[in-house]
Amino acid sequence: MKDKKGAPRKTKFDIKKITQLQGYSSFTSALMAIVLGLIFGFMVMLFANPGSALAGFRFVVLGGLGRIGDVFYFATPILMTGLAVGFAFKMGLFNIGASGQYTMGLYFALYVAFMWQLPNGIHWMVAILAGMVGGMIWGFIPGFFKAFLNVNEVITSIMFNYIGMYLVDMWIQSNATIYVSSTTRTRYVPMSAQIPSLGISGSNVNFGIVIGILIAIILYIVLQKTTFGYELKATGFNKHASEYAGMKGKKNIVLAMAISGGLAGLGGAFLILAPSGIVGSSMTYEPINIIAANGFNGIAVSLLGHSHPLGIIFSAVFISHIQRGGTLTSLVGYKPEIIDVVIAVIIYFSAFAMIMKSSAGKFIKSKFGKKENKENKVAKEAE
Amino acid sequence: MDIVYYLVQNMLPVAIPLLLVALGGMFSERSGVINIGLEGIMLFGAYFGALFVYNVQGTSMGPQTILLLGMLIAGIAGFLYSLLLSFAAVSMKANQVISGTALNMMIPAAVLLFSKMFFNSDGITTNKNFYIREIPILGDIPVIGQLFFQRTYLTVIIGFVFLAIATIVLYKTRFGLRLRACGEHPHAADSVGINVYKMRYAGVSISGVLAGIGGYFYSVGVMDGNVNGHTGVAGFGFLALAVMIFGQWKPIRIMFAALFFAFLRTLAYSVSLIPFLFNLGINQTYYKMLPYLATMLVLALTSKKSRAPKAEGIPYDKSQR
Repeated sequence: MKDKKGAPRKTKFDIKKITQLQGYSSFTSALMAIVLGLIFGFMVMLFANPGSALAGFRFVVLGGLGRIGDVFYFATPILMTGLAVGFAFKMGLFNIGASGQYTMGLYFALYVAFMWQLPNGIHWMVAILAGMVGGMIWGFIPGFFKAFLNVNEVITSIMFNYIGMYLVDMWIQSNATIYVSSTTRTRYVPMSAQIPSLGISGSNVNFGIVIGILIAIILYIVLQKTTFGYELKATGFNKHASEYAGMKGKKNIVLAMAISGGLAGLGGAFLILAPSGIVGSSMTYEPINIIAANGFNGIAVSLLGHSHPLGIIFSAVFISHIQRGGTLTSLVGYKPEIIDVVIAVIIYFSAFAMIMKSSAGKFIKSKFGKKENKENKVAKEAE
Repeated sequence: MDIVYYLVQNMLPVAIPLLLVALGGMFSERSGVINIGLEGIMLFGAYFGALFVYNVQGTSMGPQTILLLGMLIAGIAGFLYSLLLSFAAVSMKANQVISGTALNMMIPAAVLLFSKMFFNSDGITTNKNFYIREIPILGDIPVIGQLFFQRTYLTVIIGFVFLAIATIVLYKTRFGLRLRACGEHPHAADSVGINVYKMRYAGVSISGVLAGIGGYFYSVGVMDGNVNGHTGVAGFGFLALAVMIFGQWKPIRIMFAALFFAFLRTLAYSVSLIPFLFNLGINQTYYKMLPYLATMLVLALTSKKSRAPKAEGIPYDKSQR
């Protein structure tokens, strides 16, 4: 996906060079999908209740600004699932199973948090790592099925979303140390297993977001600077060519899916190990046989960020931002689900935003191009 | 014997949505478009069907007439919604899996949004009873009558009618032949004057109609008239894809695959009624996982010699011919 021609040379600042950059074009097409998604959301609001549509829309766009801590807290899990989906996507694999891997990571983290007795500073780190292992196991399976049994990873990971969800809910419900049957939720995670808070008052934001961003940067380096990253991308471009060049496609598929699963699992761990605003309490999980939405939101995050680890950081924060804004719309009579609709529309448009943009670009170029020619002619005549 | 009757009577209303939606997926994939949005289309059709029933259930219309009209509306709704996928996947040459995923994510959220705003609940529950205790004459046949024509829904018979039509359309008509050509080798099909874009639109639209109807039948036969955004159609759209692959993209095989999965699911939900399984004392959750695990096992065993349409998933670009 690199555009060598468009890379800015060390000459003077040139707006044209910037517009030719690959990052710029991904950015504008993402922006276009966002704008279309928001317009659609606004139309839905108008249709549902015209009177308060403007007020509701203002909440969606600006509401998150007042709760910046929560924006970052809720961005953490979708940052991780976004990275998971994006990483697999670099290799041409569509990991729709981030939900299952996320849930599995959540359970592994919970298990270590409740069942293992570890010293204070280490407990939460081990719990996070356990979450990663849980996700990796659940990501390894579709990878194995894809590489060695020729089963499409989309179907496998969807099936394992359900299997994982049923398993985790059953395990949690049958464990009295973790589960409180009277509240139908899990207990508060022990203090030693909670991720240290970043100390922003009135929000759950914790050290997890910092780790998440660090992981994104590491992934960027792995993809750009290592042989392994190169092989992944090469396999994603052309499976047969890369195999012909001596890359071990099967091994890479399994590895990529396991890493992707591990990332999603980390997302689950970051969510459940978070301390909440009230001292001593933490986030809880309710096992009610529903597939985790954060896994699917990861797809939106990844697409908006064009599967680029650094782009994903921003798109995760953005999606979290409009989600927080969405919860505020209930003040004027809407429901938070409006944001899920907007996110779906954003995914839909980002699936072909690149193509739409290039056709729009051609149109503009044909207009501007003529102008330039004329100017050149005038200049020549002047000479 | 009563248990066998019970299982079959309960299995068929579950098998029919799977069968219809898998047939829909088959038409779409045979034309060359992977339709992973079946789950969303199902829920969309089911919701509009239920909305219709909700509005007419107070009138004096007979239940089976309402069922048929609801089916029509669900089919139209599914068709309209599937146009979004055809537009993205065929006209805009977008990634088919991603556009399908977007369709899936949209509908549960939209259903929750509108139901919460207008009905103050998670979905719609209709109170019209479509259950048929016994079909006259046919229900009196010994054994077969008890298996297929007692304690059933009209959906079962309609489902098998659709199966027959689908088989004939796919194998015995000019349209079916052209559709299959577009999924195998679109460039060759184009070179003999078949409009690939049109055929793919047709394939996806048929899958939309069938998935819409399948979703409606799911709400009638499995959920007792309830459609909500939380459970949606419980992964039946995805299971139908697996059924389609298990059935190797062939109608009759798809029927057997659908019956197999429906049987497992019915078994999972009636463990407590079968003394032998109940006495084993296995956690019921394992039985609920059974259809999904069986899917994986079946796919692992069959996909080495997969007969998937060759051009599926690849957007057709005329200029690359």
